[in-house]
Amino acid sequence: MTVRPSATATDGSAGRPNVRIGVVTFPGSLDDRDTQRAIRLAGAEPVPLWHKDRSLGQVDAVVLPGGFSYGDYLRAGSISRFSPVMGTVVERAREGMPVLGICNGFQVLTEAHLLPGAMLGNEHLHFICRDQKLRVENAGTAWTTDYEAGQEIHIPLKNMDGRYVADERTLDMLEAEGRVVFRYAGDDDSTGYPPTEQASPNGSLRRIAGICNAEGNVVGLMPHPEHATDPLVGTGRTDGLPFFTSILRTFVEGAAA
Amino acid sequence: MARVVVDVMLKPEILDPQGQAVQRALPRLGFEGISDVRQGKRFELEVDGPVDDAALARIRELAESFLANTVIENFDVKVEDLPGAPGDAPAATVTAGEAK
Repeated sequence: MTVRPSATATDGSAGRPNVRIGVVTFPGSLDDRDTQRAIRLAGAEPVPLWHKDRSLGQVDAVVLPGGFSYGDYLRAGSISRFSPVMGTVVERAREGMPVLGICNGFQVLTEAHLLPGAMLGNEHLHFICRDQKLRVENAGTAWTTDYEAGQEIHIPLKNMDGRYVADERTLDMLEAEGRVVFRYAGDDDSTGYPPTEQASPNGSLRRIAGICNAEGNVVGLMPHPEHATDPLVGTGRTDGLPFFTSILRTFVEGAAA
Repeated sequence: MARVVVDVMLKPEILDPQGQAVQRALPRLGFEGISDVRQGKRFELEVDGPVDDAALARIRELAESFLANTVIENFDVKVEDLPGAPGDAPAATVTAGEAK
């Protein structure tokens, strides 16, 4: 995949490039601050971005955080897709800029057609909030190089509209091209709700929790890595931190190459 | 003035747990003989000015890009004559074409 390491400044510590990662705040975003914190913990610089601004500043990558956007009154992500900032995000993503969509951000990416398929209400119709086991299927995207394929991780899952759907042809294509990045793992049915599609917690087809585009620079997933970056809070594990160290590595190694 | 109605339904192959929940409640409420329920959305657009081909084309574009997500939903655009409108025609509906 191609990334453009526009970061050339250094932060003074060991001459490491200063990687700037934008975090968009939509009206209703909840996890923008946690995402900024996770980026800082990983050693990059978080840059707050506002949904009304077309400009992304000098960022190297963008995260669309979880929560809500414009109330999700029509469909989750359907209105935010038309926000000024998304016009630029779509443009830059098509040029290769890494973009990560978490939860509502994933919904925005599908509505914006940067990722195939769509998100619907959980099959059991209940909000879900729990620690979730995932299997890393693709450790080759801009956001997952610090994982290993087949690795199992635990990060929080909290959503109402987390059921990933796509037609069979699209699902087959995603599998054939290695574009299923994360799958719900484990057989535990601790949701207490009736069993869903092959035991995925929200009825997502083929237990898909996250996918990427053909180039691997755009990744979306329902669970929340930004809530699992500090041993003091959340799951007590830091299984989500590699998302943010991966993107840092993408640019550090890109700049060194 | 006229009303344009946009009906949005999940595609037949997409699971509709809301519709299923409604269907499951029916026998309890004394409604028998309904084997399936699917739930959709109806948008009623009050249009200023004539609903000509150009206006309908714009509304179809709006439905396709915004009101419906055509990855998972089909939509249908209809023009409704409002009661009391000039000519006072009985509420006839004209189907303006269905999404593929």
